[in-house]
Amino acid sequence: MSDARLDVRKTYKLLINGAYPRSESGRSYEVTSAKGAFLANVAQGSRKDVRDAVSAARAAQAKWWNATAYNRGQVIYRLAEMAESRRDELAEHVALAEGVNVRTSQKKVSASIDRIVWYAGWTDKVAQVLGGTNPVAGPFFNFSIPVPSGVVGVVGVQESLEGFVEAIMAPLCVGNTVVALASETRPTPAVLLGEMTSASDFPAGVLNIVTGLTSELAPVLAAHEDVDGLDICGVTRDAADELAVLGAGSIKRVFRPRENETDSSLRRLRAFVETSTVWHTIGQ
Amino acid sequence: MSDRQLANSQLGSLEYDPAPESAAIAKLKPSYGLFIDGEFSDAASHGQFATINPANEETLSMVAQANAVDVDRAVVSARHAYDKVWSKTTGAQRSKYLFRIARLIQERSRELAVVETLDNGKPIRESRDVDIPLAAAHFFYYAGWADKLDHAGFGPNPKPLGVAGQIIPWNFPLLMAAWKLAPALAAGNTCVLKPAETTPLSALVLAEILQQAELPLGVVNIVTGDGSTGAALVDHPDVDKIAFTGSTEVGRMIQQRTAASHKHLTLELGGKGANIVFDDAPIDEMIEGIIDGIFFNQGHVCCAGSRLLVQESVADEVLRRLVRRVEQLRVGDPLDKNTDVGAINSAAQLLRIRELTAFGESEGATRYTSSCELPQKGYWFAPTVFADVAQSHRIAREEIFGPVLSVLTFRTPEEAVAKANNTNYGLACGIWSEKGSRTLWVAERLRAGVIWANTYNRFDPTSPFGGMRESGFGREGGRHGLEAYLNV
Amino acid sequence: MAARGVASVVQVSTAPLRLVTEQDRSVQIAATIAVPTIESEAQLKALLTSLSGVDAVGADARAAKLSTRSIKKSTKLAAIEMAISMVDLTTLEGADTPGRVTSLCTKAMRPDPRDLTIPSVAAVCVYPDLVAHARSVLGSSPVAVASVATSFPSGRASLKVKLMDVRDAVSAGADEIDMVIDRGAFLSGRIGQVFDEVVAVKEACGEAHLKVILETGELVTYDNVRRASWIAMLGGADFIKTSTGKVTVNATLPVALVMLEAVRDFAETAGPTVGVKVAGGIRTTKDAIRYLVLVNETVGSTWLTPNKFRFGASSLLNDLLMQRLKQQRGTYVRADEFSAD
Repeated sequence: MSDARLDVRKTYKLLINGAYPRSESGRSYEVTSAKGAFLANVAQGSRKDVRDAVSAARAAQAKWWNATAYNRGQVIYRLAEMAESRRDELAEHVALAEGVNVRTSQKKVSASIDRIVWYAGWTDKVAQVLGGTNPVAGPFFNFSIPVPSGVVGVVGVQESLEGFVEAIMAPLCVGNTVVALASETRPTPAVLLGEMTSASDFPAGVLNIVTGLTSELAPVLAAHEDVDGLDICGVTRDAADELAVLGAGSIKRVFRPRENETDSSLRRLRAFVETSTVWHTIGQ
Repeated sequence: MSDRQLANSQLGSLEYDPAPESAAIAKLKPSYGLFIDGEFSDAASHGQFATINPANEETLSMVAQANAVDVDRAVVSARHAYDKVWSKTTGAQRSKYLFRIARLIQERSRELAVVETLDNGKPIRESRDVDIPLAAAHFFYYAGWADKLDHAGFGPNPKPLGVAGQIIPWNFPLLMAAWKLAPALAAGNTCVLKPAETTPLSALVLAEILQQAELPLGVVNIVTGDGSTGAALVDHPDVDKIAFTGSTEVGRMIQQRTAASHKHLTLELGGKGANIVFDDAPIDEMIEGIIDGIFFNQGHVCCAGSRLLVQESVADEVLRRLVRRVEQLRVGDPLDKNTDVGAINSAAQLLRIRELTAFGESEGATRYTSSCELPQKGYWFAPTVFADVAQSHRIAREEIFGPVLSVLTFRTPEEAVAKANNTNYGLACGIWSEKGSRTLWVAERLRAGVIWANTYNRFDPTSPFGGMRESGFGREGGRHGLEAYLNV
Repeated sequence: MAARGVASVVQVSTAPLRLVTEQDRSVQIAATIAVPTIESEAQLKALLTSLSGVDAVGADARAAKLSTRSIKKSTKLAAIEMAISMVDLTTLEGADTPGRVTSLCTKAMRPDPRDLTIPSVAAVCVYPDLVAHARSVLGSSPVAVASVATSFPSGRASLKVKLMDVRDAVSAGADEIDMVIDRGAFLSGRIGQVFDEVVAVKEACGEAHLKVILETGELVTYDNVRRASWIAMLGGADFIKTSTGKVTVNATLPVALVMLEAVRDFAETAGPTVGVKVAGGIRTTKDAIRYLVLVNETVGSTWLTPNKFRFGASSLLNDLLMQRLKQQRGTYVRADEFSAD
């Protein structure tokens, strides 16, 4: 027998309310690399795990939103720092998950980290770009500010890191909390990123990640009435149609890709914010 | 007291003589067709329905009932106008058409006010001073945007969506038409507008105005009818955008029906607005604000302040003043210039208000109803206040859409916010306090698209309006209102 | 600081609100707070601080809304006659003469000599030196003599001089004294002084009624108007009055609204029913009717009497007479129908 050191493997778990539980169902499923090699037994989240994740996200939302935008920016930037320090690990997982070579996966990780930095800088700009004062015809001070929709569900993004980062960061940076279903077949980069949030001062519950079967979990998330917004860019057109109809049950804001759209990031920033307009009298 | 002063001491009284606006000013025609491709025409089925004056149940006019064939004709017209004319019309030209429309509304404002009051039942004071001037103001405001879209914050050269199907409610018929048409046209879309079944007339007068403005044929089409007409519009495959204002129930259905399509959607739905009164509120103005909040337009207002949350320490005093003020409201002939509260818009709406208020009593709330005399004919409901309402009562949770206020109490700002937010809706809230920092603290925490501090039910074309959660999505008014009609 | 036993008139209003449920259940909610005796400036300050603030935008909006009331036909005629009966026909010029006052008094008693169904005005209002003359012309008519005193209009004299001014007017036959408050003292926070002066003047008035002029144009904010109204009422005012008519900003509808709310609240908190006088700049029937509507819909019929509501005006009377004639004749009337003085 070789005396090479036997590596210590990791169990890939869910991220709910700042903790890393296995699925309450006790189930797991086998995830392989793009080339078919065994990678891990990943926790197979259940309906109840989704429910718990939504509860955690709901509970955390007010705190996350009431933190200063500056503070949210700091927290998100810290995540970029964490990702940078573990970039090789991320790159390795992206390469395995997506079946690309290490050079390509390094590029993807770099782009993802840069994107996190980009969003970190957005937190305290959004209100100025999307909000403002309105010159009403009367003695009133009137201003509009973008406020978060609340809890946003993100469904199964296939681009295991870049797409995932895009989908979670836009809602997070404007003050939403997120329940993300990681890509069913390529979940490990998302799980790694989730682990980094613990070292980045993300309050518990702000980002929750559930791994498992998209077909089982996505309808639960889409139909959950306490979810305010839904990003369904990660699924096929037919699946997205089905989820969009489910989401309509509680008048969710639904974000879908559009044809011939090269950059959807600004649309994403607007997708899960609400314009709140305040009037106040002006008088002596 | 001297004799001289005693001689003068008899009590006076001032009962107002009726001061009715003349119904003849409306110049209503006996019947109206559908407005498609720039002209009025019969419905394919030749079907018509009566639109009545809810204040006396008399028929005002007969209006065409559009079916799917008519809706298709309207959409085809709008598509043709979009492809051949409107998408090639410069922003500056569109702008000038909208300015024209705004001016024409001003010129015919008195006529429009009377039409609105006859068809809707709202007091002429409100249609004259609120609905019609605001409708004109909306066209003025968006007129200016049509050639400045590059500067609206959505990137360079934003494109319109195409054909917009717009379905509007009966509570502010012309104003809602303006809220829908003005931004859509400014952004370069063409429109098919479906007015509410019970209040089609002012939109049809608007159609005449569009003719006077020489708006290119088919840019705006107006199809009257019932729910089936709206459904045909929602389901039409060549519509790019649906904008709906109405109940959450119907909005949900529309979202479900369009979710799996390419159609863009904005929804402005129901509400159960909380009007929060702190113990340091400016009391007299606050009482007026509560009155405006719930009795404006007979409470037929999606953003009505239908839940009054009063700080417990002043609850008795506020209730005492409130019921006294309610008693002063002048209820009656909507055409009378001194009427404060007019008629309920329809028999169906009156039934719903009666049902829900009956629940209020059976659930144990204390009911105060104005002792005003109600007319014999027409649909009427006396202004009503329910005290001792619990958060769990139906009248505290469901939108009544009538002149009915539910009064609840709270002790701390946190409790006020929690109660205000404890609803599936999220449209509007009011805050009454002289303490600025607390007002802003509360405003920051309320889940509502519109928050009025020390005022209520104010509207302005520059001010975005719209809801959160089940009150819908998308904004009308302001720069934000353009987003609903641009492919951005 | 003078103590005044206003609290001795503690009478809780028990009039039920005319509000009934659909089951005809009457509702009785009445205020039960008594107006306290003022014993120190600190106590007065605390009381004023406890008053609700006024949101200026809301007050303006409410007044504007009520000014759109459409008063027509018989209501208009009734309102015109009511307004005539509430006029304090005023001449407060340095150039006033006994002859002018005679003319004014004659007109006050018979506003239109051709039509004796027209009520007389409430009072004539003159400077103290012309009180005796006015008194003699008016004789036993129901028209009262009102006189401005207390170093009107500025109020800038010692209390001693002000009180002499008052006693002088009263002894000359004045039924009503229109005093001015010390705005300087009020604005600098010496509200105890303002209160004491009102109390002292009230005492000096004896049987005569006291109208306290707040000069709201100099108080500027509605919060100040509300507080000054309360100081005057607590000090014993029979009327609170907006203005001298001698400054740029005179009576306005929102100011009158705030003052009417003050007298209403004062009466409800077991104080006496204090009247309101609007003065300065009210020239047309339309203006006058707007004020009457304000009274009608803010405090109600209790105040719709010359005993509780007055117009301080000079040219208003002629416009009221003209509009009355127009209502009767159906044609517009020329101004020269009526005497200029």
